[in-house]
Amino acid sequence: MSSAQSTYAEQPTRAAGSPVGLPRLLAGIPAHGSLDLAEHHSLHGPLPQMTRHRRRRSELIAEIERSGLRGRGGANFPTAQKLEAVAGSRGRPIVVINAAEGEPASHKDATLTRALPHLVLDGGELAVQALGASELIVAVNESAIAGFESLATAIAERGTSARSSARIRLVGVPDRYVAGQETALISHLNGVSALPTFTPPLPFQHGVARRPTLVSNAETFAHVALIARHGAHWFRELGTGAQPGSALVTLSGPVAYPGVYEIECGAPLGSLVDAAGGLSAPARALLLGGYGGSWVPAEHLDSLCFSEEQLALYGASPGAGVVVVLSENACPVAETARLARWLAGESAGQCGPCLHGLEALATSLETIAGQDAHAATRERVEQLLALVRRRGACAHPDGSARLIQSAIDTFESEFDEHARYGTCERCLAPPELPLMQPRRTRHLSTRRSSLSPARQP
Amino acid sequence: MSYRLRVNPIACEAHGMCAELLPERISLDEWGYPLLGEEPLDPALVDHARRAAAACPTFALLLQRERQPR
Repeated sequence: MSSAQSTYAEQPTRAAGSPVGLPRLLAGIPAHGSLDLAEHHSLHGPLPQMTRHRRRRSELIAEIERSGLRGRGGANFPTAQKLEAVAGSRGRPIVVINAAEGEPASHKDATLTRALPHLVLDGGELAVQALGASELIVAVNESAIAGFESLATAIAERGTSARSSARIRLVGVPDRYVAGQETALISHLNGVSALPTFTPPLPFQHGVARRPTLVSNAETFAHVALIARHGAHWFRELGTGAQPGSALVTLSGPVAYPGVYEIECGAPLGSLVDAAGGLSAPARALLLGGYGGSWVPAEHLDSLCFSEEQLALYGASPGAGVVVVLSENACPVAETARLARWLAGESAGQCGPCLHGLEALATSLETIAGQDAHAATRERVEQLLALVRRRGACAHPDGSARLIQSAIDTFESEFDEHARYGTCERCLAPPELPLMQPRRTRHLSTRRSSLSPARQP
Repeated sequence: MSYRLRVNPIACEAHGMCAELLPERISLDEWGYPLLGEEPLDPALVDHARRAAAACPTFALLLQRERQPR
């Protein structure tokens, strides 16, 4: 597989019929604004009618199962299994498109909703039909104004031609890291607060309005829209047996063209970096899977392939498709301390071990990164990591612990140097890893945001 | 049939009653939140566990019955 085939940058192209190779999702993506309904139809064709039987399995769910599509929100859960679980629960389901992207290093959902709203909405509409759902909710970050506006326009545009009776609602979600977590999203949609809840019940049992609720990532719905058009066989033409299809990746750091790329699942990460114009500075390591993910030393760049099983060899996972390159100019210890402080601030503060543990971790790592580094502090970090893992209602403490642990393992030499000599020259370099400022006021709000206009087609 | 202890970490407010009533299985971390073992509960401890769960001021300690022992 050549790099030209395996990656695709955000550049407008056109294809007719079942497209061969890449791009799939990003086909015809406009550099500014969004594809309107007519352009969307001329590019992908009309939305196919899938039959649904009251007693038998829906045609769409069967096709998705054959395609082997897995959720692209980070959990990599088989989409057909999730649909089945919702279909098998009592009550009329609700479908939620999760485009709430709390991960500061991820922009794929923002890109999809801004530029290709109809592709995402197609997937949602198909799921609504397959499940006989009564409502389709699209959840977008409050700060993603472009995505919000283009979805609102797209929903209005589809209104006149909508075949399903389901109403479509566009809802703004606070820009918090944990707000996109599915139970937090459900809680927000129920008008409580955008904070994770204790499970069970899981959303497929009792979600929005206590009804069985399908919550999937926006990219997953976009894949559904194409699988319904071109079939499972077409979907499997790309990717690996275990991880078929293509995936959206947000690449950032010292590369010539950072941005959202569509990549074949299992493709070498080196080809992604090449497609982005190559490295603009020597790389020290790559962060895979976002701020709950893992670091991999940059010397493995040429052997890394973007799939669950390949990255597992390096203790990493694709997560929601986040790849951040850290340059040699940055101090990994200082970056880790900053990240730890940010992660502590993003704790919902509901669970004691997460609230106190992440705070203590951030303080210890700041000590290591600062002047009075101490060998004993590293032991303290290890001890704290054991105290936060698996002890929260959501996976935030687990993800934070994973990231800090992998930073300590990957940057062992830098941590050693800091323990011996204190701060280094690179500590003064400007921060490389993007962080969103925590918004305390949003965190404490218990009412639904004002930015949730209901739209009825 | 086996029993397993679980804590609702959102409800738990670190009162520490559970560790007083079931020290065989529950210890407290440095902030006062319970640390529970993963393995199923010894049948001899089930009554004590039930009392500990009932004594929790926030009902955060859960004693869950499992049909198939994992």
